[in-house]
Amino acid sequence: MSAQRTAPVVTGTGEAARPGGRRRFKLSTVLRIRELGIVIALVILVAYTTANNSRFLSSQSVRDILLSTSILAVLAAGQTVVVVTRNIDLSVGSILGFSAFSVATVMAANPGLPVVAGLAMGLVLGGVCGLVNGVIVRFGQVPALVVTLGTLYVFRGITYSWAGGQQVNADELPRGFLRFANDAVLGVPWLVLIGLVVIGSVSLVMRNYRFGRELYAMGSSPEAAELAGIRVARNTVAAFVVSGALAGLGGVMFASRFGTVDAAAGTGLELNVVAAVVVGGVAVFGGSGTAYGAGLGALLLTVIGSSLAVLDINQFWQRAIVGALILLAIGADRLVAVRIARGLLRKDVHA
Amino acid sequence: MQSTPSRGEGPTDSPVPPLLEVRSVAKSFGSVAAVQGVSFPLYAGEVHALVGENGAGKSTIVKMLAGVHQPDTGTLAMRGTDVAFSHTADAKNAGIAVIYQEPTLFPDLSVAENIAIGNIPLARLGQIDRKAMRANAVSLLTRLGVSIDAERPARGLSIADQQIVEIAKALSTDAEVLIMDEPTAALTSIEVERLFTVSRALRDQGAAIMFISHRFDEITELCERVTIMRDGKHICTEWVADLTVDEMIRRTVGRDLAALFPKQDVEPGEVVLEVQDLSRAGVFRDVSFTVRSGEIVALAGLVGAGRSEVMQAVFGVDPYDSGTVRFLGRKLKAGSPRRAMRAGMALVPEDRRQQGLVMDLSIERNVTLPRAGALSHLGLLVGGAERREAHTWTGKLQTKFGRISDPVATLSGGNQQKVVLAKWLATKPRLLIVDEPTRGIDVGTKAEVHRLLSSLAADGMAVVMVSSELPEVLGMADRVVVLREGRVVAEIARADATEESVMYAAMGEPGGAA
Repeated sequence: MSAQRTAPVVTGTGEAARPGGRRRFKLSTVLRIRELGIVIALVILVAYTTANNSRFLSSQSVRDILLSTSILAVLAAGQTVVVVTRNIDLSVGSILGFSAFSVATVMAANPGLPVVAGLAMGLVLGGVCGLVNGVIVRFGQVPALVVTLGTLYVFRGITYSWAGGQQVNADELPRGFLRFANDAVLGVPWLVLIGLVVIGSVSLVMRNYRFGRELYAMGSSPEAAELAGIRVARNTVAAFVVSGALAGLGGVMFASRFGTVDAAAGTGLELNVVAAVVVGGVAVFGGSGTAYGAGLGALLLTVIGSSLAVLDINQFWQRAIVGALILLAIGADRLVAVRIARGLLRKDVHA
Repeated sequence: MQSTPSRGEGPTDSPVPPLLEVRSVAKSFGSVAAVQGVSFPLYAGEVHALVGENGAGKSTIVKMLAGVHQPDTGTLAMRGTDVAFSHTADAKNAGIAVIYQEPTLFPDLSVAENIAIGNIPLARLGQIDRKAMRANAVSLLTRLGVSIDAERPARGLSIADQQIVEIAKALSTDAEVLIMDEPTAALTSIEVERLFTVSRALRDQGAAIMFISHRFDEITELCERVTIMRDGKHICTEWVADLTVDEMIRRTVGRDLAALFPKQDVEPGEVVLEVQDLSRAGVFRDVSFTVRSGEIVALAGLVGAGRSEVMQAVFGVDPYDSGTVRFLGRKLKAGSPRRAMRAGMALVPEDRRQQGLVMDLSIERNVTLPRAGALSHLGLLVGGAERREAHTWTGKLQTKFGRISDPVATLSGGNQQKVVLAKWLATKPRLLIVDEPTRGIDVGTKAEVHRLLSSLAADGMAVVMVSSELPEVLGMADRVVVLREGRVVAEIARADATEESVMYAAMGEPGGAA
């Protein structure tokens, strides 16, 4: 019986989907333009900079860019999870600093600890910070912007008072921990590998798992999410824990890469992270965007920074350019949204 | 209170306990008792109407059944055993699906995802089974007889389509109890008929359906029994067949109601609005009609025929490609609602939550919003003038509220609609455009809105009414302009307008007025 019933349904789908199918293709191309735009911008930027200074594509320079990107991208992936739920996490820079200083201190004191222990510690410390954020946001019913602005100072303050002006120097850290940043597997540095794995798995969970889709639903319509029986409280807290844990992981990467860590590590980084996320096409009002888009955004921002340095353009311009890019990204989003809405309206009337 | 199970004639067998039972529940919000000691049973295999004016406590009952609110006293029982829903998920798991009055879709997710959100099918490694999800959505939508692309995002769906998706969502959970809170408010006759067909099929499969509606003709057509509530109290639970519509109305409002559609005959005056060959690619084409002062002209047609779109273009919210709009003899520039307002037009939109009101602002601010310029002195808004003006208009419309400084969001649907009307009437327009003026408001408020529109017309205002409710169109309009697929297919005078002539024209059936 099921076979009998399947047949007409499938035909029906085919008929219904054909006009829609063409549109769907167009729609998805329009949506993909977002990521495509970033890639094109990257290619142009790299081509132009290389034409002016061939050393821009030297292996050392590319390596630097990729290492910096991977830290930013890990934080951007976490931020994406939060922003998609119509929240924001401004404390990531402070969490990174806290984690970097803590892990560096512990590693310096216990040279025998494996790198994995450091990574795990960063994840846990960051996760706890994220838990604090999530619990206050959800159960205090306070906007995330305010809560994480507060914890931005609190986490940083704790790090400062603990460090008391001290810093952990590279020569105090175990060799293995420092080598970790520079070692590569099959030519790919460990940090880059971590960045790719994080971006990949966050993208996968957001796209293909129920938890991910529920996050999009929550950001898309918070009221409807409650009515649909989605565990909004649990998911909100979980989103902040993910963001915090990834910021903590970023802290370990930071400590391993730079070796010298003081309490100011990662100050102001949260703005770069939010910029990467927005440029990468994640809607600030929640409901849409991808982690790999945010990763591309992080890459673009890092490349801009390096190429301005190579092109000998005043560093101060960098901020203005990043700002313009954010405005451009938001403008492009609006344009695409209006186009789509118009396309759908037209289709409805014809139907 | 006749809550004993049926004897013979009904859809239930007497020894079976009701599928769902509300047992003397009460619920208060602060000092307001929303529901007091209400009891009624809901049997498998019946469609049960829940009737009451806005504020009668229907929505509170629905929210308790949905697990959003918990009763202060009293219990809910399923199949004779007490149940407690502390979360919406509990009610869902118990087999209760609710279709809310305001669609609750996720605009960024696809239609298929929206339908599946409560129970997403999973495949390998706990991943979402997109194929199954899509197939399920397509089969549900096919069952409902609509062709909505399951892959498109929910953003941009018409209210009617959103409602259909909501229904598909409820069906996807294989719910035994289906609660529909005014599902037909935004649907046209065809869509309502389709919904009824589906509802009857579900009922015959043993589902219990609770149907909330302000339209008594729908209740008599679809429902076996009716529970009437007034002021939070249970009035009666009776067989629909035992009650006349008049009797139901009398019990609902607690008083006799004069004719629902009291349009006074007015000698039309000069032409106020003249629309000529208005076209917008893909939306409407060559639309022409005129409206005189003192006239109510209804734009009728199916949802999607382009009625609202035409009026939004006339008002300047949307652009148009060709044609002219003349207002009071002068050509009106396209695309500027500001000019239209200055010239003396007012548009009360269909979706009051999204377009008509700022929900968080106070009642007075909302009423005086379009007039903020005229009320301000040297650019400052002075409280006194604003408040006086707001009091004048809300008073004329008999709006019920606590304090005029309360946010609009705290009002019931009918009273919100009055605030929208007050807001635009305060601009003293020559032409009032109302889009679905009585969607989702109760019988009593509806009559007040109709009386108001009628008296405005009698005072010389020109009114254009977009409405999907045929009785309203027939009762209120001096002339009916029927649109189909973006074109004017008929213009029917009041004397010739019947349910058949308008519907035939709207649907393009042979033998119709077209």
